[in-house]
Amino acid sequence: MAMNTQGRPSRPLHTHDAGAYTDTFSGSRGLDQAEPLIFERGRVDVTGVDLPEPTGAALRIGGLERTAEIGLPGLAEPETMRHYVRLSRKNYAIDLGLYPLGSCTMKHNPRLNEKMARLPGFGDIHPLQPQSTVQGALELIGELAHWLMVLTTTPWVAMSPKAGAHGELCGMMAIRAALDARGETGRRRVLVPESAHGTNPATAVQCGFFCDEIPADATGRVDMAAFKAKLGPDVAAIMLTNPNTCGLFERDIKEIADLIHEAGGYFYCDGANFNAIVGRVRPGDLGIDAMHINLHKTFSTPHGGGGPGSGPTVFSQALAPFVPVPYVVREGETWRLVEHEHEAEGQPFGRMVAFHGQMGMFTRALSYMMSHGSDGLRQAAEDAVLNANYVLARLRHVMTAAFDGTCMHEALFDDRFLKGTGVSTLDFAKAMIDEGYHPMTMYFPLVVHGAMLIEPTETESKASLDRFCDTLEGLALAAQAGEAERFTAAPRHAPAKRLDETRAARTPVLRWSPPEDQPQAAE
Amino acid sequence: MRYLPLTPEDRKDMLAVIGAASVDALFDDVPEAARLKGPVDLPRRATELEVERAFTAMAGRNLSASTAPFFVGAGAYKHHVPATVDHLIQRSEFLTSYTPYQPEISQGTLQTLFEFQTQVALLTGTDVANASMYDGSTACAEAVLMACRITKRQRAVLSGNLHPHYAEATRTLAKYMDIEIEAAAAVPGGLDAVSDAITDDVACVVVQNPDVFGQVHDLGPLAEAAHAKGALLIAVFTEVVSLGLVESPGAMGADIVVGEGQSLGVGLQFGGPYVGLFACRNDRNFIRNLPGRLAGETVDADGRRGYVLTLSTREQHIRRDKATSNICTNSGLMALAFTIHMTLLGAAGLRTMARLNHERACQMADRLAALPGVEVLNSAFFNEITVRLPKPAAGVVEALAAKGVLAGVPASRLYLGKGLDDLLILAATETNTDSDLDALEAGLKEVL
Repeated sequence: MAMNTQGRPSRPLHTHDAGAYTDTFSGSRGLDQAEPLIFERGRVDVTGVDLPEPTGAALRIGGLERTAEIGLPGLAEPETMRHYVRLSRKNYAIDLGLYPLGSCTMKHNPRLNEKMARLPGFGDIHPLQPQSTVQGALELIGELAHWLMVLTTTPWVAMSPKAGAHGELCGMMAIRAALDARGETGRRRVLVPESAHGTNPATAVQCGFFCDEIPADATGRVDMAAFKAKLGPDVAAIMLTNPNTCGLFERDIKEIADLIHEAGGYFYCDGANFNAIVGRVRPGDLGIDAMHINLHKTFSTPHGGGGPGSGPTVFSQALAPFVPVPYVVREGETWRLVEHEHEAEGQPFGRMVAFHGQMGMFTRALSYMMSHGSDGLRQAAEDAVLNANYVLARLRHVMTAAFDGTCMHEALFDDRFLKGTGVSTLDFAKAMIDEGYHPMTMYFPLVVHGAMLIEPTETESKASLDRFCDTLEGLALAAQAGEAERFTAAPRHAPAKRLDETRAARTPVLRWSPPEDQPQAAE
Repeated sequence: MRYLPLTPEDRKDMLAVIGAASVDALFDDVPEAARLKGPVDLPRRATELEVERAFTAMAGRNLSASTAPFFVGAGAYKHHVPATVDHLIQRSEFLTSYTPYQPEISQGTLQTLFEFQTQVALLTGTDVANASMYDGSTACAEAVLMACRITKRQRAVLSGNLHPHYAEATRTLAKYMDIEIEAAAAVPGGLDAVSDAITDDVACVVVQNPDVFGQVHDLGPLAEAAHAKGALLIAVFTEVVSLGLVESPGAMGADIVVGEGQSLGVGLQFGGPYVGLFACRNDRNFIRNLPGRLAGETVDADGRRGYVLTLSTREQHIRRDKATSNICTNSGLMALAFTIHMTLLGAAGLRTMARLNHERACQMADRLAALPGVEVLNSAFFNEITVRLPKPAAGVVEALAAKGVLAGVPASRLYLGKGLDDLLILAATETNTDSDLDALEAGLKEVL
């Protein structure tokens, strides 16, 4: 028997069935600690913050004091720390491993950027301080705007949109304003490829447009014949993602731009996949009129479990007069914020948000961009494309690639390789969890059956990609060898087994309630 | 480049596996004329040290809130955030994860969102809340759209004392959706005439409390007036700490409550990212019309409690052009910061913090009222007041800033050309000291 130097056994003494004791008395499973809600742990009379004692002076709130119990529990600081650290360990993260969510661009988040955003001169300034006291902040916004305009070769950028979808709204509202300024009340049809992100049609509708879907051709790109047939005097714009959500560059993009312009419409480009071409292709050269840039994708500001994002939107000369307030302008050595519509030179369509945009994301993105420089950004795009193509090349003999040829920054597979195995795309994805990977994007884009969209990003090493490809190869062969249960029972090694989403939607429980009040929530 | 792990040999080997002659070949689909031959005209890569130097220089040209007597509010407030909050939100598992689409490996994010939703509902005195919006102003705009969907009416009236940025964001979002927006004129320190504008075709009334001038109102009568016409009351707040002292909007009859959560956990950050709070009453039709993400409770295959994103048939990724909103990314990490700060405080800590804010503001109001030519306009307030000065406030604020005192927001910065030039909006919080008030008072005496 193997023994260590203290005479303690260094390997298990018995090899009996481990399944006999899967339940624990504590509910925890080793490092996976069971953790109740704060409402079950905390007490409403406990606080984890030391504050001075109020004087108890008379209130001057018009007799509107909140006297009823608020019911919010507090926890002492060590308890708070432990609660959230325990919860954090139930999450997958890019810092833990490859996170191949296609179209989401989960790449390394440099901590230098976090440090820069927290400099008191950026993190601890108020948006309505006198402009003379925030010249450095306005300069940073102006500098980031400059980088974005050069990288896209466009003459203007609106910095205030709060996320990608908000940037789409910014772009489409500018298009609507431009049409209104032309007196074009009949142009309300927006052409959207069926492979588009759901935000595209949702955005178009919020601008008073309606959507008309363009089918994809056999190569996964816009069907040009169908596109041409849809052009007419009622077309306001096309919303096109490029590279598209199949991970493919739209070869006919210049012709698309020319045709939509000839037809009197505008070209909105969804810039969610700009990371594939940054530094190598400038969208302005392709004829776009507006494009949002997800700073949290291309320029690596952290996704934070679902935000915050940031969606600066670049514009062509045709749309520049309609961009919203606020924006910064440089006057000699001084930076100035234009905050009101009637101070603006053009005809802004309005204001999208309070204050000036996601400053905390601007600092992080500019730090990332300066670190890379023009040469590093170009290299990042190349490595992103190289990594995706490597995954595609290594896996296409066991998984079925959706389209022939190479791809851009993401590799798209369909579920033909699972046909007859009893394993679905969902099952396959859940088995990846057991292997220590976050699943790829599933069932999107909609143009491919059982889609699996893999975006490795440029921050993966070759060794990391090889381990990942070996794993997926193993899974694909296992599925084809009839090991369906490996997949349908997955995940087995995650903090939670498969969750009942139907139950969650049928009987929604959207908040905690005291035990005596349950069940609650509508329906 | 320090963030790129591939070596030149790796790239060569990988191209061989792919069967491509060069990386350029992978960009063959790009039209020839659009292929850049070399780097764009921007600086080349920089070391960490070089980036730090450049950023430190830019940051040094800003006057940070903690280095000055600071009274700026009007939608964003300076509060002390416990160090625990910033540590926890930088945990890799929170900071570098995506939207929790895979619940089995996202329970950390999902459970904190469920806690967040519950805290927001309790704070606002409502029943349910979503998993956050971008910020208070976009939450306000989305609330108006939601009210129009629920009531099937296309007209909204806004209080004139609603933060002008919120009013503008709402107008902008409604602009192309055939929704008519009407706004009453501002009445600093008083109650505006929004109540008179409620007719049978109004979907909702939007009112801020405390309002942008700091005045605290009883929303009860307005709720009654709105409900009598079949309209909804949307209550807005920009200072969430006020909910620790002032009666909750839900208890005063609001149907939808939206606001800015920045005061708890988030920090000033020059205006963003912040966190929009969005809550409403427990009504099936309301919940079906909510914008944004919702976390809900369920069980896993072992019967253990767990959480998932739910009711997603409202959302763009499922419903596309029929979605309740186009929102996708929300403000997850800021919601987490809010929740951690709220958990540290608890109701007891929040009430104390709110009291401290109010007491500082009372002291500030008394000291300003004693200055010759200065009039405090508020009869009831929380931590923010509006004063009338004997000269334009913008110049006064600039002059005080030159002395290193950040004295507040001139009303004219928000209401340009509306005749409010002599008004100054000032906030006081638990971070202000006696010497801050001394500096404000001394500065104003010199400048006025």
